[in-house]
Amino acid sequence: MLKRVLVIVLAAICLGAVAQAQTDDAGGAGLGAIQVILQDQAEIIVESSRQTIAPAIDAVADSGLPQAQRVMEVWQARDMYRRISDGLFFAAEETGDDVWTLTDFDTGANVGELSGDALEQIKPNSGVRSLIGTALVRFQLNDPDPAKREDAISSLERRANADLLDPLRASIEGEPDASLKARKIRTERMLTVAYEPDEAARIAAIEELSGDLGVDVRAALNPLVATTIRAYPDGVPDDVNLAAILTPGTDALSRAEAYEMTDGPALVSDADLMNALQANIDDGMVGGVPVAALSDPGRRAAAYGALADAGVVAPRPTEAQVQAALDAVTFAAIYSDPSPAVTQAAEAALAKIATNVGLNQVFDLGLDALSLGSIYFLAAIGLAITFGVMGVINMAHGEFIMMGAYTGFVVQQVVPNHTLSIVLAIPLAFAVTFAAGVALERLVIRWLYNRPLETLLATFGVSIALQQLAKNIFGTQARPLTSPDWLGGAVVINDVVSISTIRIAIFVLALIFLAVFLFIMKRTRLGLETRAVTQNPGMAGAMGINPGRVNMLTFGLGSGIAGIAGVAIGLYAQVTSEIGQAYIVQSFMTVVVGGVGNIWGTLLGAGMIGALHKGIEWFNPSNTLAAQTYMIIFIIIFIQFRPRGIIALKGRAAGD
Amino acid sequence: MKSIKTALVGTVAFAAMTATAQAQDCPIKVGVLHSLSGTMAISETTLKDTMEMLVAKQNEAGGVLGCDLEAVVVDPASDWPLFAEKARELLTVQEVDVIFGSWTSVSRKSVLPVLEELNGLMFYPVQYEGEESSKNVFYTGAAPNQQAIPATDYFLDELGVEKFALLGTDYVYPRTTNNILESYLMDKGISEEDIFVNYTPFGHSDWSKVVADVVALGADGKKVGVISTINGDANVGFYKELASAGISAEDIPVVAFSVGEEELAGLDTSNLVGHLAAWNYFMSADTEANAEFIASWHDFIGDETRVANDPMEAHYIGFNMWVNAVTEAETTDVDAVRTAMWGQEYPNLTGGTAVMGTNHHLAKPVLIGEILEDGQFDIISQTTEVAGDAWTDYLPESAVLKSDWQELECGMYNTETSTCVQIESNY
Amino acid sequence: MERSFLLKNPSVLVFLAVLAMFTIAVTVMSEAFGAGLVSTSFVKTLGKTLCLALIALAMDLVWGFAGILSLGHFAFFGLGGYMIGMWLMYERTRLIVEESMAQAAIPPTDSEVVDAIGSQIFGVVGSADFPPIWMFADSLTAQLVLVVAVPGLLAFVFGWLAFRSRVTGVYLSILTQAMTLALSLYLFQNDSGLRGNNGLSGLQNLPGVTASQDFVSIWFFWASALALGLGYLFAAWLVSGKFGSVLRGIRDNEARVRFLGYSVEGYKLVIFTVSAMIAGVAGALYYPQAGIINPAEIAPIASIYLAVWVAIGGRGRLYGAVIGAVFVSLVSTYFTGGQAPNINLGVYVISWVDWWTVLLGLSFVLVTLFAPQGIGGLVDLFARRQHPERHGADLGPDKGALRESEAEQ
Repeated sequence: MLKRVLVIVLAAICLGAVAQAQTDDAGGAGLGAIQVILQDQAEIIVESSRQTIAPAIDAVADSGLPQAQRVMEVWQARDMYRRISDGLFFAAEETGDDVWTLTDFDTGANVGELSGDALEQIKPNSGVRSLIGTALVRFQLNDPDPAKREDAISSLERRANADLLDPLRASIEGEPDASLKARKIRTERMLTVAYEPDEAARIAAIEELSGDLGVDVRAALNPLVATTIRAYPDGVPDDVNLAAILTPGTDALSRAEAYEMTDGPALVSDADLMNALQANIDDGMVGGVPVAALSDPGRRAAAYGALADAGVVAPRPTEAQVQAALDAVTFAAIYSDPSPAVTQAAEAALAKIATNVGLNQVFDLGLDALSLGSIYFLAAIGLAITFGVMGVINMAHGEFIMMGAYTGFVVQQVVPNHTLSIVLAIPLAFAVTFAAGVALERLVIRWLYNRPLETLLATFGVSIALQQLAKNIFGTQARPLTSPDWLGGAVVINDVVSISTIRIAIFVLALIFLAVFLFIMKRTRLGLETRAVTQNPGMAGAMGINPGRVNMLTFGLGSGIAGIAGVAIGLYAQVTSEIGQAYIVQSFMTVVVGGVGNIWGTLLGAGMIGALHKGIEWFNPSNTLAAQTYMIIFIIIFIQFRPRGIIALKGRAAGD
Repeated sequence: MKSIKTALVGTVAFAAMTATAQAQDCPIKVGVLHSLSGTMAISETTLKDTMEMLVAKQNEAGGVLGCDLEAVVVDPASDWPLFAEKARELLTVQEVDVIFGSWTSVSRKSVLPVLEELNGLMFYPVQYEGEESSKNVFYTGAAPNQQAIPATDYFLDELGVEKFALLGTDYVYPRTTNNILESYLMDKGISEEDIFVNYTPFGHSDWSKVVADVVALGADGKKVGVISTINGDANVGFYKELASAGISAEDIPVVAFSVGEEELAGLDTSNLVGHLAAWNYFMSADTEANAEFIASWHDFIGDETRVANDPMEAHYIGFNMWVNAVTEAETTDVDAVRTAMWGQEYPNLTGGTAVMGTNHHLAKPVLIGEILEDGQFDIISQTTEVAGDAWTDYLPESAVLKSDWQELECGMYNTETSTCVQIESNY
Repeated sequence: MERSFLLKNPSVLVFLAVLAMFTIAVTVMSEAFGAGLVSTSFVKTLGKTLCLALIALAMDLVWGFAGILSLGHFAFFGLGGYMIGMWLMYERTRLIVEESMAQAAIPPTDSEVVDAIGSQIFGVVGSADFPPIWMFADSLTAQLVLVVAVPGLLAFVFGWLAFRSRVTGVYLSILTQAMTLALSLYLFQNDSGLRGNNGLSGLQNLPGVTASQDFVSIWFFWASALALGLGYLFAAWLVSGKFGSVLRGIRDNEARVRFLGYSVEGYKLVIFTVSAMIAGVAGALYYPQAGIINPAEIAPIASIYLAVWVAIGGRGRLYGAVIGAVFVSLVSTYFTGGQAPNINLGVYVISWVDWWTVLLGLSFVLVTLFAPQGIGGLVDLFARRQHPERHGADLGPDKGALRESEAEQ
């Protein structure tokens, strides 16, 4: 506040000084026309609040000066500065270390260089910037620069007013860029719905828009069908656009709300009752009831009744009085738009859109579920090898995912190019976790092959050690793993259905892994040996296969895949030392639900868990935690009925 | 036992009064109760360093009451029950005179009974949900009316937001804050249908559905704004999803209450430019005191890239107020210091003066900043000092409550029935 | 009968004697009764450690004797804590509310009192109404019954489902882990009615008790020691008779015991449920000493640590579980407490706060690999007792692949 006062005082002094300078400077350059306007509005420009800024923007926009557009563009881009010494506004640009070059708005001339201390930046907040944007539309709609025309359309889409409809229509004809033209036409249709006085034209526009799924279209149509509830003592008059007659006590209108709107005597709330009783305590009695007895609600009511009878307080309306008051009036929902034809058309269009939106939402949910399923699959596929094929419980699997993600982070620190760093990170993550996996197998798991529960505990020890190591090395805060720009966006089918590119990439990666897994297991020597060793190690050994080596390589392969999954997961979520923890239980469940030892089972399990998760989330959108809880409970119950998973191995391969 | 203790305290106070300040036991011990390991370590370690810096600086300046200060650091390891245990250890074994500590609300609630039982003194530096005022705690972070309410006003007035998505992590701070905001917004004429509330677990990463829901809110033509009380790591995924959905700050602005300089350090901020945060302090504040504070912080920690944040300023103010209060009271006795704390003033790092109220909350300015590319905030709005309100005015059951330790000697006083609901907190 | 049981199991007597001596020693040295050599906060730590020893005992019953590696025992422990916590919170709040309402001009109705208690307890999570699960919170007896009933019921239902469909080994471990994860996620929700992430707090203040924590802590210490002693006696009795033999049989070869005509599922279900009840009691004693319970306490990691303790102490012997729990949790307290001095290597300073967990993890791997008997194995060395090798010789990687049984078919 102090600062603001200071600025205002300073501004006032400066204004004085400027005025002085103007009179002194007889016949000199004086102040440029736009500078004069800015100085007039200096106070509110500096204050920069959306509530008060309108006159300043109007003054500049309506000045008719050619400089106005540039002033507003500079202003909007937050490049407008005020010279503290005299309070004049300039466009400023940092051209050196703390050297700012000032440009005069009126002449466009370079008026010198100053250090940052001598300047005050004008910081319009985003509310003000959008107002400036709207004011700029008129100037920018026909600007030769397509980027500026696009800005204008974006501003119009965000907030428009009736005055801009005609300039927009006028600009459509001459628009050379096809995509901008399409946007202009679409925006024009929506503005027509909102601002066109001619009823037929509006209805036509509404009908044209009725197939469009865009949020902005619904945003244009919904206000037309907004209703307010009114109470009419003498029936609904003919001159209003009636939406529906309402009965009190239904979902649309509760009895209490309805009674509020009538002129019946006011209800007495519990708090009012207590206050009244408290105010009328007289010698330990209230309305003939001793205070000590007032812990009984019935006695309280009696005491209040006695007070009311004595005329001390207003009596409570009886049920009959309430009903009579409600019966005396008609409650109706009234459209705010006066034209019934328009509201009808809008309702019809919205109904059509709603069906469409519903279908698309289901589709979108399907996409989300698919994406989540593929993430689970990716996290679980390494486990499908080490646990599913080899039967080794590796609690440190999550930490291999973490190691992969951190590898990605480290690579990105060294190689700043995002695309290149990801390309490098994937094989590197595989190498790192492959090595870690081989080391773990050689040092620990090898000794525990016939003791699965001990394997679980030993690898858990490895898991907490690795996790703490990561904390010691990288700290506990999330580290950024930024995806390259071409993975940064989203594929937008329409305003309802969209999916981010990174998720598609993860889906594709999951498919690739599936193929790689199948290829290795079914088509390579390693796969053959792995299957042989897992089915009968003694026999495999007799055939000249080295079971130790095969186990080591297989385990390394599963771990390496976990590392690559880590890079992918880090790209879409956050890289922390706990990233593995978040996936380990889910991954085990995916494998168990799907059926141990079968990659298709894992795929189905991941898909099922993903779909289930999203499905539950859909029913209970405000609580994502609930979805996780119910999902786990469902899985526990599911396993009761199919203890061997969705796809249970049969016969020899089933082992036990 | 308690009576012996009170008698003892009385004697000490008496001794302090008769003798001069030199009678003080040297050194004066300052307990630091911040997690140095576990999930909260990243946030809290910074505060431990801040406290060590402040203590070192005070000792350079001659200590307090002719004594040197000694920081006693313990590690409650982000484990809530351990906070209570360590607090007890600090107060009974180490016999510290004051504690600076805690970050999460749960940890504060865990420490509270110990503080009240042993009549300790704690300074709590983090923005929190309010609805509490303990005799033994000074709250130097923001109460909801010093952060959430002004930010919501900014949304309503400056950005013209008509529809609100209140997104939070599922724990007490977002829950309470969102409750307060919901009822505040309804007071402001926003209807219930225009408020969307969603809670996600800690470390949530799958944000696609939530972001899609938020976008869909715009379907009735009202401007949508997001008020985020999402905590910690989960923010990374949330902002990534927002950016990939192509939502700019112009379309759907997000104001966050738990995202500061420290959190942004773990993020690529280029897509977040223009989104907002509300705090009582930003590192970018352009004042001399702030420049000096940051310089001595960098000097102390030996790393020019370290950022400063809001809870650090809270400790800075709290510590200096405590030093002044001890000097005024000429003793470190808790009750005397507590009395001296009321009305204590100390300059903010962002300009103006912080004042400690008799409800144990600070009056501080509220700042709103837009995120910049370099992970700093551009301060676009700064109010005058707002007095912290322990009991919010926007929830009916707490609107009637009031805290005043000076006049009413009560932290939870019902103004309707004119009774003190409780003197000790009910955690 | 009883005499012969004790004579048959001299370790029980030794254990009880050690426990009694320890309890007396701590009492004498405590602030409440004597020299004040042991601070109140350390008495609380010791009391909590005894509770952890009790749940370790429960864990050893299912894992060491019945071969069920449950990675979800802290769910039962936490539920026990929640059940007693509900009464403690309700009762303490009721006293506060009644005292404050007594000052009001107009006496409150019963429902107003309950509403006020509700808004005090749930105000912090933005609600005011009592969820149905707090139905019995006003009755200490009811909640004490629930301390064993709720964990027991959960274990019974879960165990019935799991054992019935013959889920065994690592699958069962993963399922129990999923169970505790689901429970903690559920409790994290505010809708669960147990104050979400905030949990129940201020539990160390017993309603209506004005004695200082110096005394309360020693009371709870006694209670914990008593519970551990009784629990040990009960567990030793349970595993010493025929029931114990069948359990060991199930652990070593489930199929053979089934073929002998025993109802394997029944035995497992009984031991699992009993163990969960003991865990519930341990939790009910633990959390009033800790002061706060929240869902993070029952996250899967805690239960895995429990298995770690038992394994380090030596499973399949009751005193092993107790030794493991006491040893690891006290050493952990020492190292994470920041009391251990840092080691300066010149180039790098090893701070125990950071490196203790790494050390713990690695030492766990080493114990599993090289000392499967755990610390309790030292007793065998001392007693020169040769332990029968239950796992058979380690024949190399081919053993674990389960295909040998197939070849034998």
